[in-house]
Amino acid sequence: MKTVSSLLNQEWYERYKRISRLNIRSSIYDVTNRCNLRCQGCFFFSSGEDKAAPEETDIRKWETFIDKEKERGVNLAILIGGEPTLCLDRVEAFYKRLPSFCATNGLIKLPRDRFPDLMVGISLWGDEDDEKALRGKDTFSISSKNYEGDPNTYYLYTITPRQIDRTERIIKKIQDVGLKAHLQLLSNDENADGFSWREEEFRDIRDEMDAMLDTYPKTLISSKYYHKVITTGTMMGRPFGWNECPSVTEYFDNRNPRPKRLIHFVRWASDLKTMHRCCTSETRDCTTCKDGAAHMSWVMVNKRAHIRTPQDLQGWIEVYEMFAKLYQFIPW
Amino acid sequence: MAVETDKLILRVAEVMIDELKLEDVTPATFSPELDLVDEVGIDSMDLATVALVLQDEYGIRIDEDDYPKLTTIRLIAEYLENKMQLKS
Repeated sequence: MKTVSSLLNQEWYERYKRISRLNIRSSIYDVTNRCNLRCQGCFFFSSGEDKAAPEETDIRKWETFIDKEKERGVNLAILIGGEPTLCLDRVEAFYKRLPSFCATNGLIKLPRDRFPDLMVGISLWGDEDDEKALRGKDTFSISSKNYEGDPNTYYLYTITPRQIDRTERIIKKIQDVGLKAHLQLLSNDENADGFSWREEEFRDIRDEMDAMLDTYPKTLISSKYYHKVITTGTMMGRPFGWNECPSVTEYFDNRNPRPKRLIHFVRWASDLKTMHRCCTSETRDCTTCKDGAAHMSWVMVNKRAHIRTPQDLQGWIEVYEMFAKLYQFIPW
Repeated sequence: MAVETDKLILRVAEVMIDELKLEDVTPATFSPELDLVDEVGIDSMDLATVALVLQDEYGIRIDEDDYPKLTTIRLIAEYLENKMQLKS
């Protein structure tokens, strides 16, 4: 039987042991149905999830709910929406009870006196032209001022097909405001013209993502194995899709055979009762889904499949470390 | 007692090999002291899969909160033994 230590040298084995017992149990929460943007391609609004359930407005019910989530074993609350910063009392209820992460468009500055070390991920879609085309405004010009130099903030830089050969300027802009970035790919849920990927573009952007990681290793929180998995949509020769996705709400998971998945994962609507099928919308075609967190989790839950060669296992470790850094389980 | 533990160790190893489709190992060659997390790469979902089979077979409950303690086959066997003694 191949063992972990037989495949790794001492340095890699220590890195493995640093993450092997983290047991991250995440769930996702729609903090609100409202947003201060309406981005073309946002899965939340394009699928009508903003109308799936009425928002719970009683903060005490949120607090009770979060306590129950903690009892359910959740140790990472991923706050999305809508725009969570429109409801800071709800964000605070999570922050005070559970390790939390807040996804935001960055237009509202999260008050750091109230949330000193809450990890914040700011969405950024392509460059200024892409942002204006898809989101109606250049959000970076605002979000970068709000969060400049913040040690607990990074950009979720969603690369569009139009960014091929143009990502370096954006990464440098992020570096220049003292922030880090994680790379994702646009899924183009509303078929915006010119924003759908062609197969050959995935090869080009993978090479570019790898080159950027080599050039900006301190700014980018990424890994070449993650680039490979998300651009090819395959892992160990297996295609991503409904039969493989780890980020399906536990109570809706009737797949047989059941794939390796996130334990106890649920994506909750803002009424605190309704559950969504998965971490994005169920109107999305799973075979073309490019959700970054789902692809990272896909690698992470398939650890033993990577205990095959030193290279496979090192790739797994790098992806797990990346996730653990993005959600504050280990330092940058 | 030692005989019972040895039998349990072999059975736990067998369940683990079958359920997790571990290759190049048999119940007899699976070291009961091998760290399941640090060396075999077992995660909590793997352990839950194995626990389901063992719970049914031995009529006991393996609490999820106890998973972090169950890091070797010997520790799992001893855990089962204790649970069965408490039950009888």
